[in-house]
Amino acid sequence: MRRAELIMAIVMAIFSAYLMSKSAELPIGWVKGSGPGGGAFPFWLSLGMLICSLWIIVRWFMRATPQSRSSHPFLESHALALVFMVIAALVAMVGSIHFIGVYGAVPLFFIFYMRFLGRHSWTSTLTLALSTPVVTFLFFEILLHITLPKGATEELFYPLFDFFM
Amino acid sequence: MKITHKAEKLCFVLFAAAVAFATNVVAADWQPKKPVEFVIMAGPGGGADKMARLMQTVIEKHNFSSKPLIPVNKSGGSGAEALVYLNGKSGDDHTVMVTLNSFYTTPLRQPALNIDPLKFTPIARMAEDTFLLWVHKDSGIKNMEEFVAAAKAKGNDWVMAGTGKAQEDELLTSFLNATYGLSIRYIPFKGGGDVAKQLAGKHADSTVNNPSEALGFYQNGDVVPIAAFTAKRLDMFPDVPTMAELGHPNAYYMQRSVVGPPGMSDDAVAYYRDVFTKVYNSEEWQGYKKTKSLLGDFISGDDLHAYWTDALANHKKLLTEIGEIKQ
Amino acid sequence: MEIIQHLLDGFLVALQPMNLFLVIAGCAVGLFIGAMPGLGSVNGVAILLPVTFIVPPTSAIIFLAAIYYGAMYGGAISSIMLGIPGASTAVATTFDGRPLALKGMADKALVAAAVASFAGGTISIILFTAFAPPLAKVALAFGSPEEFALMMLAFGTFVGLGGDDIPKTLFSICIGLVMSAVGLDIISGRPRLIFGDIPGFFHGINFLVLAIGIYGIGEILWTIESSRGGVQVSQAVVSVKRILAALRELVKSTKTILMGSFVGFFVGLLPAAGATPASIMSYGFAKTMSSKPGSFGKGNIDGVTAPESANNAASTGSMLPMLTLGIPGSPTTAILLGGMVIWGLEPGPRLFVDQTEFVWGLIASLYVANFFAIVLNIAFIPLFVWVLKLPFTILAPIIFVLCVVGGYAPTQDMHDVWLMLLFGVVGYFMRKLDYPMAPMVLAIVLGPLAELSLRQSLLQSHGSVLVFFERPISGVIMVFAVLLFLTPVIRAAMRSITARRAGSAGE
Repeated sequence: MRRAELIMAIVMAIFSAYLMSKSAELPIGWVKGSGPGGGAFPFWLSLGMLICSLWIIVRWFMRATPQSRSSHPFLESHALALVFMVIAALVAMVGSIHFIGVYGAVPLFFIFYMRFLGRHSWTSTLTLALSTPVVTFLFFEILLHITLPKGATEELFYPLFDFFM
Repeated sequence: MKITHKAEKLCFVLFAAAVAFATNVVAADWQPKKPVEFVIMAGPGGGADKMARLMQTVIEKHNFSSKPLIPVNKSGGSGAEALVYLNGKSGDDHTVMVTLNSFYTTPLRQPALNIDPLKFTPIARMAEDTFLLWVHKDSGIKNMEEFVAAAKAKGNDWVMAGTGKAQEDELLTSFLNATYGLSIRYIPFKGGGDVAKQLAGKHADSTVNNPSEALGFYQNGDVVPIAAFTAKRLDMFPDVPTMAELGHPNAYYMQRSVVGPPGMSDDAVAYYRDVFTKVYNSEEWQGYKKTKSLLGDFISGDDLHAYWTDALANHKKLLTEIGEIKQ
Repeated sequence: MEIIQHLLDGFLVALQPMNLFLVIAGCAVGLFIGAMPGLGSVNGVAILLPVTFIVPPTSAIIFLAAIYYGAMYGGAISSIMLGIPGASTAVATTFDGRPLALKGMADKALVAAAVASFAGGTISIILFTAFAPPLAKVALAFGSPEEFALMMLAFGTFVGLGGDDIPKTLFSICIGLVMSAVGLDIISGRPRLIFGDIPGFFHGINFLVLAIGIYGIGEILWTIESSRGGVQVSQAVVSVKRILAALRELVKSTKTILMGSFVGFFVGLLPAAGATPASIMSYGFAKTMSSKPGSFGKGNIDGVTAPESANNAASTGSMLPMLTLGIPGSPTTAILLGGMVIWGLEPGPRLFVDQTEFVWGLIASLYVANFFAIVLNIAFIPLFVWVLKLPFTILAPIIFVLCVVGGYAPTQDMHDVWLMLLFGVVGYFMRKLDYPMAPMVLAIVLGPLAELSLRQSLLQSHGSVLVFFERPISGVIMVFAVLLFLTPVIRAAMRSITARRAGSAGE
């Protein structure tokens, strides 16, 4: 926990500096007669972020926050594995949307999550894994006319569009 | 009993769909296979958005298209977002976009986007929007001479509200400044409606709103049109002189067009041209054109491309004059 | 008297069988759309706009207004149940709604939200009915300096929202404001902060992407860590008796609800302000006025009623500038405005004179819609509470999928889904380290309004800051804002004085 707070503050300080340089692509000063330039608002606020990050680091050295006094690990080992597995599964799901679309990725995610993390029966896993895409399709695409990404599965949906629209 | 009945019905529908599908194939006419993405190059509520939603409504009401058009607003970066998006959709037959004059100005001002508007597929020009110069009735200004005198007297304090940096409004403002030796201060706001309100609330001294944007306040007598940036007098404002009559033949219009991504197939272009021809000829569209003082006939294909070529060159000239782009 | 006659005529229009049916259907559809994270009234209204062509204009706008109302009620549902604000207007509702749900009092919070919404809606419709035309003049008098002053007032109420750690709270506000600057600088027309030249940044960072990431993904990761993936989200129970008890208890919140309704209505009236600042300001005021400000954020029922009464009052209020000035206060009213244009109705000062049947039909249907929205909402509470009883390993993947789909829906761009995932994970780590998230989320909503109005004002005044104090309306608001900013300082000073006195007395 103690190390995590310092690392986060340092990362954010570097990020603030990057934002400042990025904002400086536009005028950051006071343009005479018209007020602040286009980059001023983000630039000075990024500077504010930087100052706050440094302040947080100073407080860390002074051990002023509960985190900086804590000797607990940032994440306990059992939680670490679980949280990172879930994050990895999310990244895999969103990534696979580009290739197999929402309707391919969502059932796989459900099967992974419910069967392998939740240890639910195959029956309930498959019920949800198959019904969620159907409900999503009817609600979003047919009722609300919001097309979701389909990747390579797109052509499979042509007959459905012909049927419903 | 019930279940078999339902199943029967479903079979029938599927069969009918299959037949319909087969006939389509036989007829060889191109039809969209899925809902068509209808990109709007502006945020919700603006002139372009209202028009796009009207087109969508007309298409849906009269069943002009076999698949619905689904509006998606991509307003980011003065249309840069929409242009980059459409450019990336090269060869796609299921995306069309409603566009306006940022179609020219944004690629000209941001060469880094690497977009050539002339590469997009022309589908249809649905109308040209007009611009008028407006002032508040309490200013007592009735004609151009009084306007020039008042604006001169106030100099740099005369505020013109407009819809965005280097947009149509600012081009017209700098035209007025150059022509009459004024130094009007231009302040961008978020949309045409907001601009109209700035004038009605006397937070600005003048605007160059489209008629559709200022109409409500005009009918109430709050704002007064001084001149029209058109070639001929508008039917709705027969007493308002054109800039040409005032000795400055400088008409300026805003296109309201529908474009496709580069490399759209000819069959698809023909299909959409047909759809938008029907929209153009519909009672609703003609009524809208009339009440909002829109000009411009329907043009498509090479004519529209030629129109773009001219307009692009014109905008390049205008933007160079106000120093937004360098030679 | 004339108004009452108009209103009665309006009720005759609104209570025609078809219109009544449309109101009920609209409320029900709106309720479910609003309850989905990422979807709001704007989706419902946009989709159903073309459909409304089969009915006359008055019925059509009644239908759309009912969806609008239903969605406003529905927005509170996902805020309370899942802790994910479905719209920016419902962010403040999560502050106390979510803790209440976690304590097993989801039904109480939902009832409070529904009743507060109803009261806020009703009070503002009454004000709307009585004072619409003069209020339009007030809205017109608001220029950029006044808008900026109002934003400062909203920021002033922020002061009470942060955690105990001052640098982390300030950091959170700053990063939210910087993210709000991504996209386009409206004044110079130039793109800015386009990281890595990715075109997805041109449309800026959508509030929903940040909110769904932090409150959706981040919250679930948090729960997974603390529960190790096992237990239920909450011990939710519901019964008619509990609902009635909750209703009775709400009497205590009358003062808060009244305050929220008035704040909401007047802030909503002003073009460009809208329901989000209204709900935050109302929350801030409720906390300041409360005898137990410490209980806010931990499940105080007033923390639910204040923002909910304000956001519904504001959404009614924002119809006024739309109808009388033709300026939409929100994307939804923008689309409603588009609809009016299609139906051949010209919004503007003349609308109240030329189209009395339409205007009063709409106003009357707002009353009717409000009534049915609360009835439907309370009727569905058992269903929503039942959802909370699902095992977490079923609920979690459902929420994740809702987040992904909800993050995609507003802009229909995968870029936003990735960004949402990033915010979720980083936000989760930041929360573990006590960085408060609410100021960041609210800053991204208010940032663009504040920056634009500030720079427009300075352009008008040739860069003179005095413009904010010279104009009467903005001057008064500014003074209040400054006072709000100084409250914590004054309080601290008072405390130290009393402490010193006590100390000297003890010597």
